[in-house]
Amino acid sequence: MMILSGDPPRSRVLTLLLVLIILALAATPFLFPGAKALNVAAKICVFAALVASYDLLLGYTGSVSFAHTMFYGIGSYAVAIALYGMGPNWTAVATGIVIGLPLAALLALAIGLFSLRVAAIFFAMITLAVASAFQVLASQLSWLTGGEDGRSFQLPELLRPGTVLISKNMFGFEVNGRILTFYLVFAISALMILGLLRVVNSPFGRVLQAIRENRFRAEALGFRTVFHLTYANCLAALVAASAGILNALWLRYAGPDTSLSFSIMLDILLMVVIGGMGTIYGAIIGATIFILAQNYLQSLMGVASKAASEAGLPLLPGLLHPDRWLLWLGLLFIASVYFFPTGVVGRLRHGGGKKTADASH
Amino acid sequence: MTDLAANDPLPKPKRDIAPVLLPIALALLMIPLIGSTSSWLTLTAASLAMGMMIFIMASGLTLVFGLMDVLNFGHGAFIAVGAYVATLVLAPFAASIQADSLWMNLAVLAPAALLSMAVSGALGLIVERVLILPVYGQHLKQILMTTGGLIVAEQTLYALWGPQIIPMPLPASLRGSFILGDVAIAKYRVLAMLIGLAVFIAIQLVLNRTKLGLLIRAGVENREMVEALGYRIRRLFLGVFMTGSALAGLGGVMWALYREQVHASMSDDLTVLIFIVVIIGGLGSIGGCFIGAILVAMVANYGGFLVPKLALVSNILLMVAILMWRPRGLYAVTSR
Repeated sequence: MMILSGDPPRSRVLTLLLVLIILALAATPFLFPGAKALNVAAKICVFAALVASYDLLLGYTGSVSFAHTMFYGIGSYAVAIALYGMGPNWTAVATGIVIGLPLAALLALAIGLFSLRVAAIFFAMITLAVASAFQVLASQLSWLTGGEDGRSFQLPELLRPGTVLISKNMFGFEVNGRILTFYLVFAISALMILGLLRVVNSPFGRVLQAIRENRFRAEALGFRTVFHLTYANCLAALVAASAGILNALWLRYAGPDTSLSFSIMLDILLMVVIGGMGTIYGAIIGATIFILAQNYLQSLMGVASKAASEAGLPLLPGLLHPDRWLLWLGLLFIASVYFFPTGVVGRLRHGGGKKTADASH
Repeated sequence: MTDLAANDPLPKPKRDIAPVLLPIALALLMIPLIGSTSSWLTLTAASLAMGMMIFIMASGLTLVFGLMDVLNFGHGAFIAVGAYVATLVLAPFAASIQADSLWMNLAVLAPAALLSMAVSGALGLIVERVLILPVYGQHLKQILMTTGGLIVAEQTLYALWGPQIIPMPLPASLRGSFILGDVAIAKYRVLAMLIGLAVFIAIQLVLNRTKLGLLIRAGVENREMVEALGYRIRRLFLGVFMTGSALAGLGGVMWALYREQVHASMSDDLTVLIFIVVIIGGLGSIGGCFIGAILVAMVANYGGFLVPKLALVSNILLMVAILMWRPRGLYAVTSR
């Protein structure tokens, strides 16, 4: 239990689910052939880490930030711009990391310190404003970021799909650079999630929960809530930026749609809420359910929409069109906030969901 | 209130005029920076018109927060709904919109705006009952629920009207500009200013001269006390919420005409602007909201003229500067 920081899933079904998900992810390159399955698996890994870092904010401190994709985007763009400008070598990757991570942390610090000065209630609004300004900035500075087109780049030799590490006739599977990249993404994401688990189960994490439950009382107990909240903000930003770096490395591309857009923020919110706020494990479950649904249910919607339009039903084809995917997500989102505020993990842990981990103040 | 009046006046609260002077000072400061007086006048008129429209949209949000501590992240949906509903009226009567007669144009525009307000107001009723009532008093869930509501509303608009941009041409008589010497002021901006001013005065009159307004102001300051006096503040709140939604719908129509197009994503950009306005003004303060809206519009217009690429970032800078000066907004009304 050391590795889980003494915070096991505490539910047999949940444990089984998690083990299944992790095994499936780890074995994806060998179990499910094809580029799509591998892409989906990599996206699940990246988002599990990203969502877990958001959970640190939303679930453990109870503050709603709309700027999380900004940090994710900073990581993505930092590594993309470095690799684009300096060519495909490891120095460029290192440069991207060395610039991206501190930048994200500094920006988080600035937002944290600034929102301290104003009423706590403003936090969500301020992060929304800053994030949208950043998005405009990223699309305006096209000499640096490539504008709406983004930046595509080449990876260092070792990580390219053409690089064969273990040839097919040894095990019957070819291990190439692409698969190595996948395992890099998988391992770093797993490490980050374990790290976050460590953070939330440390005394520091307990203080965050105390702040969530009652900020005034936590302050009265002598904790510097300001310090704790800002620190949590910076930590979450760092993990988000790292997830962004992984995302860019996997896609070999960074652009507004894949790393900055507001719809990613909504996706993250949905994943946290579906998985279960304040659990970290919820991030893995939420990301898996959501991304699987996004990739495989959407095509089902297309089929249903076509069937409805052939049957001559009014309105339904429009509502079921794959582009209206977000509509159903929104409804699901409202329903899950309303009926399952503790998410999948909370349900599995407490059965009937009697104990609501309501994070409001 | 006349039966209360004794001959000596009640002691008046101290007036805080520094925020009022702020936009005036900003405007005057810009004269030398912009250089030409005529472009300054045009820009100032544009700022005032834009500010009034933003004020109309933001006023409901600030009151809703002040009165009931409800953070509505879905306020932008009412704006988009208002604009789309207006197209329902404006499209069939395109001929009378293009006729060059002010009265004929207004005869179509006014019902369109009224219908938009009615629909957004009714939607406000539904949103309040379905989304906000169950999570009353819980900020986190309010934000989540209303964000969900915003997505659903936006997507429903796409499903009903399709994802394309719908053109919404200005009526013929409102196109063009009034020319005063070498200063050109667009006719529609004058109309927007007039409507905005009318809404501001109407809100101020209701808030300051009627019993209803007295209750609302009292509720903003201390909700429990009003409840203790036996008033049903939930019903009052519902009324304010619906009015705020209707005003957002009106603002949506005006904004769509100003941009001459309708798109569901218009609510996204405007939501950010409105939040900035509400934060700058101080949550719950109509006067602050009015000044905040004009400041934001001024920064957008002057900034767009002087440093074009930084229009949205300049709003953030404005917000930072104002909050450094007054951490709770220009006028801090609530004790929260």
